[in-house]
Parts: sequence; structure tokens; C-alpha cells
Amino acid sequence: MSQSTNPFTQFQTDADRVTADDDRRRFLRTSLRGYQTTRTATQDRFLDYESARIAASDAKWEAIENLDIYLAQFADKLEARGATVHWCNDSEEARNAILEIIKKHDAKSVIKSKCMTTEEIHLNQLLEKEGFEVVESDLGEFIVQLRDEAPYHFVFPAMHLKKEEINTLFQEKLKSINTNDPEELTMVAREVLRQKYLSADIGISGANFGVAETGMISITENEGNARLTTSLPKVHISLMGIEKIIPRLDDLALLLPVLATAGTGQHLTCYNSQLGGPRQEDESDGPIEMHVVLLDNHRTRLLADPEQRDALRCIRCGACLNVCPIFKNVGGHTYGTTYQGPIGSVITPHMRGLKDWKHLSHSSSLCGACSETCPVKIDLHHHLLRNRRNAAGKGQGGIAERFLMLGFTVVMRRPWLYRLAGSLGKVGHVLTKPIHGTRIDPFYAWKKTRDLEDPAKQSFKQYWRARK
Amino acid sequence: MVNVLERLGHQVDYPEGQTCCGQPAFNSGYFPEAKKVADHFLKTFADADLIAVPSGSCTAMIRKFYPELYQDSPQSEVVSELSGRVFEFTELLVNHLEVTDVGAKLEGTATYHDGCHGLRELGIQDAPRKLLENVKGLTLVEMDEAQSCCGFGGTFAIKFPQISTAMTQVKLGSAAQTEADYLISGDPSCLMQIGGYFSREKSPIQCLHIAEVLDQQ
Repeated sequence: MSQSTNPFTQFQTDADRVTADDDRRRFLRTSLRGYQTTRTATQDRFLDYESARIAASDAKWEAIENLDIYLAQFADKLEARGATVHWCNDSEEARNAILEIIKKHDAKSVIKSKCMTTEEIHLNQLLEKEGFEVVESDLGEFIVQLRDEAPYHFVFPAMHLKKEEINTLFQEKLKSINTNDPEELTMVAREVLRQKYLSADIGISGANFGVAETGMISITENEGNARLTTSLPKVHISLMGIEKIIPRLDDLALLLPVLATAGTGQHLTCYNSQLGGPRQEDESDGPIEMHVVLLDNHRTRLLADPEQRDALRCIRCGACLNVCPIFKNVGGHTYGTTYQGPIGSVITPHMRGLKDWKHLSHSSSLCGACSETCPVKIDLHHHLLRNRRNAAGKGQGGIAERFLMLGFTVVMRRPWLYRLAGSLGKVGHVLTKPIHGTRIDPFYAWKKTRDLEDPAKQSFKQYWRARK
Repeated sequence: MVNVLERLGHQVDYPEGQTCCGQPAFNSGYFPEAKKVADHFLKTFADADLIAVPSGSCTAMIRKFYPELYQDSPQSEVVSELSGRVFEFTELLVNHLEVTDVGAKLEGTATYHDGCHGLRELGIQDAPRKLLENVKGLTLVEMDEAQSCCGFGGTFAIKFPQISTAMTQVKLGSAAQTEADYLISGDPSCLMQIGGYFSREKSPIQCLHIAEVLDQQ
């Protein structure tokens, strides 16, 4: 990621770089093609996947529409079993709540299982600054942490890296043996990580779902690292966005397979754990303390938007990224956001401001592949359009664009002007021929990489009249 | 399109006052401006029995997005009634007029590119393929990811030319793999994008609108 402070400039610069990197784009395309094939096959094993999507989105919708009730129920049940629930309005409150718990226990080291919400509040940076050792235990997260990079994709954090690159990284940072074998590389990471679990004082996880009915968090994973993170250290902290709530335990019977299918193409992920409190009196293991940190961080702002609140149904499966032609061609880091791809482009303006993040809504051909694949039927690509409308309505498109649109309206409402513009366009096309495709060509943005066909000698109207 | 419809015995009129459906403004987020252009469209086409459009994208604008533009306006009923009379060319032929063979002839191999608006906003997928399968001499070969976007996307193509072009580069790869002579689509804007890039890259694949193909005899 470039260090530029303006998100739009950074996006354009990074997009320039990645789109020119044919090799990396081909690599991404191949990986995602693999995902698509597997996922389609898994979808086909549902009796009726479309009905499953509807039921899944209904369950999430019910939770979002009654968030006040379900959140309170969730917290009450958890606290009844001895967990502590922290209600945090924003990143700072959440960071402070977590830091306080860690300091209270005089902890030295923290082990984490995959949690994008901690990325959202920049937790690692804070903890490291405060002098704690923080280790990511998810293999992909572990790899990007070693590279000092942000996750590339919120489900597949290290998907951009080839095994050879991971080999080099491990040799450099872990003094590992020289091997490109994925299994051996995994064993290298595993050996390092096992020690960390044993020595960690605090385990930090996320939550894929928060079950209101029973007061449990549900964690979906494939490596078993979340189980160890949440059960070995004496204190477990789970950070979750308030939109993760679901009404009933039964809803998991649908949402777990839907999340696995859409996320990775699996029927179910290897491990699914439900955690409803710290170690109870009659139990011999598990953490002594469990803290659930509930984070708003502008989710309620999205909840207040009657058009786009369905974006809170998101189960962070990443399917919209995997089918998105923009993601496939610019990669994850280019977005400069915690949540990449279509869902990130929709929600980031709500969470971090439209003015700075509206370009993500413009950086889409509105092809609709995201909405078509979303397992909880979020109207993603139309929300991008709505963000564009909101930005234009606030005058954020700039004076030039406003004038252009005004001109467009004036011309398109007057057929004679439309015809005149057509004729002028033709003349212009001929007159500018010598500079076509050069930087001074007014159509350079188009013609740098694409030809523009010569206009027809006869307009359709002239043809129509002659024909009659 | 006019030739084909007339050959099938329909009377076609071309309202000479027509301009644009307003989508460029709409997709840029300028809804009030788009609505002004849409007003002109509504006036121009008020008397038509059926409106045939050689573009899935323009059809989607009129059928799906006009009702949104006019949802709180006194014209909302007029708009919803009109949106029921608007058809993309291939869906008009296949679904509405129930014609799948228009007696066209074209020698060669072709691959079909689905325009996103036609495909995902209107659900048009089989109609163009049925029509092309009945074109004598033409073999239809599906390309890889025929349904992935060509990269046009209106102002997106100008605002983010590097991403837009990268998407078309992928499209060229898929089309070239089929060894097709023609890439056919139902959307002039996709064809402008794909054709413009293919031409720059000196690809021998010829880009044709499906109406041009169905008109070949």
C-alpha cells in the first residue's frame, strides 16, 4: 500500500500498479476460479440454494430489525453465565476496554484468532505500542503479520502470496527450512504457534455470530486455532460488531452451512464452536474470564439508513469479493479499507465518511455480480449507486461534473441540440485525428488503451428519412 | 433491428425527437438531472404500443430505474405502465413475439457476451442464444466467464480507465480462447468497449451487435 494520505489518490496509484501486474492478476484469477468451481458444486448440493439464501437473509433481517431486543437478550444471557459484556460506541472505546482487561491481568503476550473487527479498530498497532507481544494464530493472518501487511481479503488474508514467497518469508523471519511444500510450510508455522498458545496470557477472537437466544458467540474456522485461542489462555476476549447477532440457536443450522458455502465452498468449515461464558464451577478447563466487547463504530448510522441498512445483514463470507471483477483486477490492498470488495465499498463511506470514500462506489461498473452471489441478498451494487447519488447530492462530485451533467440535461431535452452535438462530435473526431491517443487528446482517458470507431457517415435519423 | 422487425411483419416507427434515456447522469448519481432527460423520453414515446430497444442497458434504465426515479411523483403510474411496454430486442423477439428463427444467415463461429444490465437487471440469458443458434451457418461457442463484465460501466471507463481496460483484457483472453470469428453482444456500449480494445490490440475477432447478425441474409 502506498503511504499517500488521500484515499482516492492512493486507490488510483495502487490500481495502476496492480492492473499492470499481469502475473499477479492471473494468479488471483486462477485462485478465485478454483473457489468458484467448488462453491458452485456445493451450492448445487443444497436442495434449493435460492430458498436457503432467502431464509438466511430473513434470519439476519429479523435480528437487524430488532437489534435492541436481541442485543440485550444476548448480553443478559452471557452475563448470567459469568461473562462480562462491554458496550463500545467507537474504536477508541473498544481499544480502551480491551487494553484495560489486558493490563488488569498484567499480561505479557496475546494470541489472536482471525478477527477483522480488531483490524477495524487497529488493535494490534496499539497493543504493540503498549509493549505487548501480539501473535496472529490464523495461518493467513500469521503470514501477513510477518510481512507487516494488512489482510488482503477479509476471508483469505494471504491469498495474494505464492508458496514460493511464503517460503522466502519463513526463511527470513522464522529461520525455516527451504521448502515450497504447503504442508511443510504449515508445519513450520504450527511449531511456532503452538508455543505461543501455551505462553499467551490473553486470547482474542472475533465472532461470526452472536446467538441471542442462548447468549453464545459462534466461531467458524478451519485450523483449530480459534479453539485454542479461546480456551487455553486464562482470559478470552471476543470483539464483535453489533450486527453479528442472530435470533436463535437454530438459525446456525442454516447460517453455518451458508457461510461455509459462500465463504470457501465447503459444506461446513472444519470447526464451529459456540462459547457461552467462562469456565463454570463444575468445569475443569476453559478461560477463567470471558469478555465480549460489542462494537458499534457507526453501524447504527447504517442502521438508520432505510435504504442501505440491509448491508448489516452481511455475514462477512467474502463471496462478493470473489466474484467481483474490480477486486480481481486491483486486489485487496488497493481498497485501503478493512473490508475490501463490494461490501467494503458500500459500508466504508458510512463508517468512515462519504467524502473520502465515495470513489469506491464509483470504482465499479455496477455489473451486479456481487448482489447476484450474496448469500444474504444485500442489494450491493444498487447501494453503490445510492452512495453515488448521496455524494452528488452533497455536491461532492465537483463543479466540473455538475456542469457536465447540466449540459447533458440541456442537450438531451432538445432534439435539435442533440443532433447538433452529434454533428459537432463528428467534426471534432475528424479534426482531432492527428492527436488521437496522445495526452492532449480530450478523449485520452479512453483512447490511451482503446480505439474509438469512426462515427457512421449517416445518422440513424438521416438513414430513416432516406429509407422512407 | 428495424429490418428484422419489419421482415416479421411488424410496423416500426422511429420517433425522431428521441435522444437518451438518461442513464449516464443516473449512474453518476445525478438523479434529478436523469429525471429531466427521462421526462423527455416519456413524452417522446408516450404513444408507442411496444418500445423495442437494441440495448439491455437502456432497457434496464427505463424498466427498472425509471420507477425508482419517479416513485414519489404524480407520473409514477404512467412510468410503471410504460415500463411494461419496453423490451430489449432479443427478449421482445423470443419472449414476447415468440420468434426464435428470423431466417438469418452468417458463416462462422461466434461467442456471445452477456451485457450485465440485460443479464442481471432483466434476466436475459437464453433469448439471444436461442436466436443465434438458429442463424444458418453460425456456430455458437461459449467463452469462459461470458457473464463477467466487459469493463465498460459508463463513466467508470473514463474515471478508472486502468481497471476498465484490465477487465477487457481478460475478456479478450476468454474470447480468443474460443477461436471465434465474431464476438456478439446485445449492448452497443459493451461493443464500444470490447471493440475499441480488440481493435487496439489488433485482435482478428469482429465485434457485432446481435441485430446486425439477425439482419444478415
